[in-house]
Amino acid sequence: MAVAFDEMNIPGGDLRPAYQELARWLKETPPEALEYRRQEAELLFRRIGITFAVYGESESTERLIPFDVIPRIMSGKEWTLLEKGLKQRVKALNMFLRDIYHGRDVLRAGIVPDDLIFQNPVFRPEMNGQQVPHDVYVHIAGIDIIRVDAEDFIVLEDNARTPSGVSYMLENREIMMRLFPDLFARHRVAPVERYPDELLSALRSVAPQSASGEPTVALLTPGVYNSAYYEHSFLADKLGIELVEGRDLIVKNNEVFMRTTEGVKRVDVIYRRVDDDFLDPLTFRPDSALGVPGLMSAYAAGNITLANAVGTGIADDKAIYSYMPEIVKFYLGEEPILKNVQTWRCREPKDLAYVLDHLGDLVVKEVHGSGGYGMLIGPAATKATIEAFREKLKREPEGFIAQPTLALSTCPTCTASGLAPRHVDLRPFVLTGSKTTTIVPGGLTRVALKEGSLVVNSSQGGGTKDTWILDE
Amino acid sequence: MLSRTAENLYWLARYVERAEYLARTIDATLRVTALPAAYIGKTNEWDSALLTAGVATTFYQTYEEANERNVVDYLSFSADNPSSIRNCIEAARLNSRSVRTALTSEMWDTINSAWIELQEVWSKGTSTREDLAKFLRFVQETSLRFDGSAYRTMLRNDAYWFSRLGLHLERADNTARILDVKYHVLLPEEEHVGGPLDFYQWSSILRSVSALTAYHWVYRETLKPWLVADLLILNGTLPRSLASCYDNLTRNLDQIGVAYGRQGPAQRHARGIRNRLEHSNMNDIFQHGVHEFIQEFISDNSRLGEIITKQYLI
Repeated sequence: MAVAFDEMNIPGGDLRPAYQELARWLKETPPEALEYRRQEAELLFRRIGITFAVYGESESTERLIPFDVIPRIMSGKEWTLLEKGLKQRVKALNMFLRDIYHGRDVLRAGIVPDDLIFQNPVFRPEMNGQQVPHDVYVHIAGIDIIRVDAEDFIVLEDNARTPSGVSYMLENREIMMRLFPDLFARHRVAPVERYPDELLSALRSVAPQSASGEPTVALLTPGVYNSAYYEHSFLADKLGIELVEGRDLIVKNNEVFMRTTEGVKRVDVIYRRVDDDFLDPLTFRPDSALGVPGLMSAYAAGNITLANAVGTGIADDKAIYSYMPEIVKFYLGEEPILKNVQTWRCREPKDLAYVLDHLGDLVVKEVHGSGGYGMLIGPAATKATIEAFREKLKREPEGFIAQPTLALSTCPTCTASGLAPRHVDLRPFVLTGSKTTTIVPGGLTRVALKEGSLVVNSSQGGGTKDTWILDE
Repeated sequence: MLSRTAENLYWLARYVERAEYLARTIDATLRVTALPAAYIGKTNEWDSALLTAGVATTFYQTYEEANERNVVDYLSFSADNPSSIRNCIEAARLNSRSVRTALTSEMWDTINSAWIELQEVWSKGTSTREDLAKFLRFVQETSLRFDGSAYRTMLRNDAYWFSRLGLHLERADNTARILDVKYHVLLPEEEHVGGPLDFYQWSSILRSVSALTAYHWVYRETLKPWLVADLLILNGTLPRSLASCYDNLTRNLDQIGVAYGRQGPAQRHARGIRNRLEHSNMNDIFQHGVHEFIQEFISDNSRLGEIITKQYLI
């Protein structure tokens, strides 16, 4: 594996310009002072109650995501490029979805194989030919970005269903401003605080035609036991909208209403953080107690906007991912600004043969998996694990893709033995409304706290950092 | 506002009030039982504590004897007792999490900190009297802080009023239950006034509703059972009296009615109870039977809870 690109230090001892102030500040700040503020930060997080649940753990179901107080810094120039790439990518995602559920030009042109769509469990035949308000499918996208050198941004994963993490972006900033005003004052950090406003106006802009002049927006959560519940309540609060559960909503005459103390009130836009499968027991899983019976018929009647739309999973599926560069070119006629990680599609015999020969060097992922569960990290795995995985892969090659193990870039991070480089990724949040696409400068930086680890997922022991985009 | 939000706010306030009440009950019982046996008489005070908490039946499913250790454990820390202090705080936190958007940060902070302290400091219960005293103080302070933050920081809108409805309904229920269990020592015909046994019983009752000092200010007399009853039932100046709770309940319901532009059965029912309290005097109540009066009140009060639920919360 190649030596990782370090975002602060240039080999040979020089610093990258964006990190010069930070380095100076670190030199002036005694380690005890840093440690003291680190503890303060943890205390604050706990008091505010920013926790997440880890599935499969019965006790202590609420945990804190570790927060690293050393900010990750990017120059304005780098951001401008990234922003452009993100907008391009999300535009293509939306056009692809519109096409898949309507004309299917992309299939006829042979860009993506038919069976990857039609035999894919996340493809929703219910959405065929259905108009979604303003043709927007992915209103909120979280695109996971990694770096391996100073030039390129690479997309690791598109999250087009119900991406989470934005509350950490906002809370991390809040805590950094509170605890490190001195460090903050030395930089011109582009603000992220307007995210809730941007989100609300994006959601309002896509209200259905039958909505009143002041559309009513609500956030639909699976409830307090969901791992991202804190974020749901946080966002509802910042947006000033009701945080509803399935049982708060009813459908009458193909319109959606919420039960209030003054009777029922119509809802026009639902920012839903409930997966497709659980949205409407009449259409999808009949055992879902989280959903709203009849919601899909109200949706089909055009009386409610769901954000994101139903069926967007077909665009962020790992099997589709490898076709994204071609998809971007097909719809926009442009070269993709963001690169893809080289991906072997195990469904193709030639790729499979290569993957089976190189299991020890590759990362093999389940096409439908997420959260870092169920994947093989070749270089870190034992022989036995690799062999077991080989059998799984041979049995069902179409269920997997493989990628090289990438040396994710590193940033300085607080560790038990002082500052040390740790691997990071970045999830910026892209908002698409009826007319505009916006991205607040920054995102959620996730950091693998264990030395050498490349897994940044919070469910696997990752932490977060504040992300500073310098306003130049 | 969402019906579910209103429901959560209402129950949140009830749980916090109940936790405080349980803490006071334990505190008052500890004081009485610290007296020489001759003063206490034959009654088992820990049994009374269970009765006023309304958990005597379930208690005896687990324990044989109602003594200090068992009862304190059951009322404070038991996971099996759905209305133990621990479970009240757990439930309050869960309710708070569900309605975080309707709480001010001060209210959330109070409940969340209490929940953290419950786990970090009190997860193993208490082993000494000093510990227990500290724990009971912690519970009462949590309630005071919660109540104070609600009072100081909430907007005066339906969210506030629903929260207050929960508080006063629970408080009325608690006061009525003490009276229900202890009514026999309040009867005027048992005229052994001034006997040490009853004196301690009465002061214990007053202490459990934090009204001992208030008694002296209101009546400027030695403790007399019918005056204790008068204070707890009819005196509108004592925050925990039934009359006072119903002054508040009718006011909060009227505020909701005005804000929503319509009145309903909850407003009518509450007004009915308040009018009855307003036009009662202790003589009539004793004539009619204190026990019957209290029983009727408890059932009327819980009926109001049901009506509020039906009218607003579901």
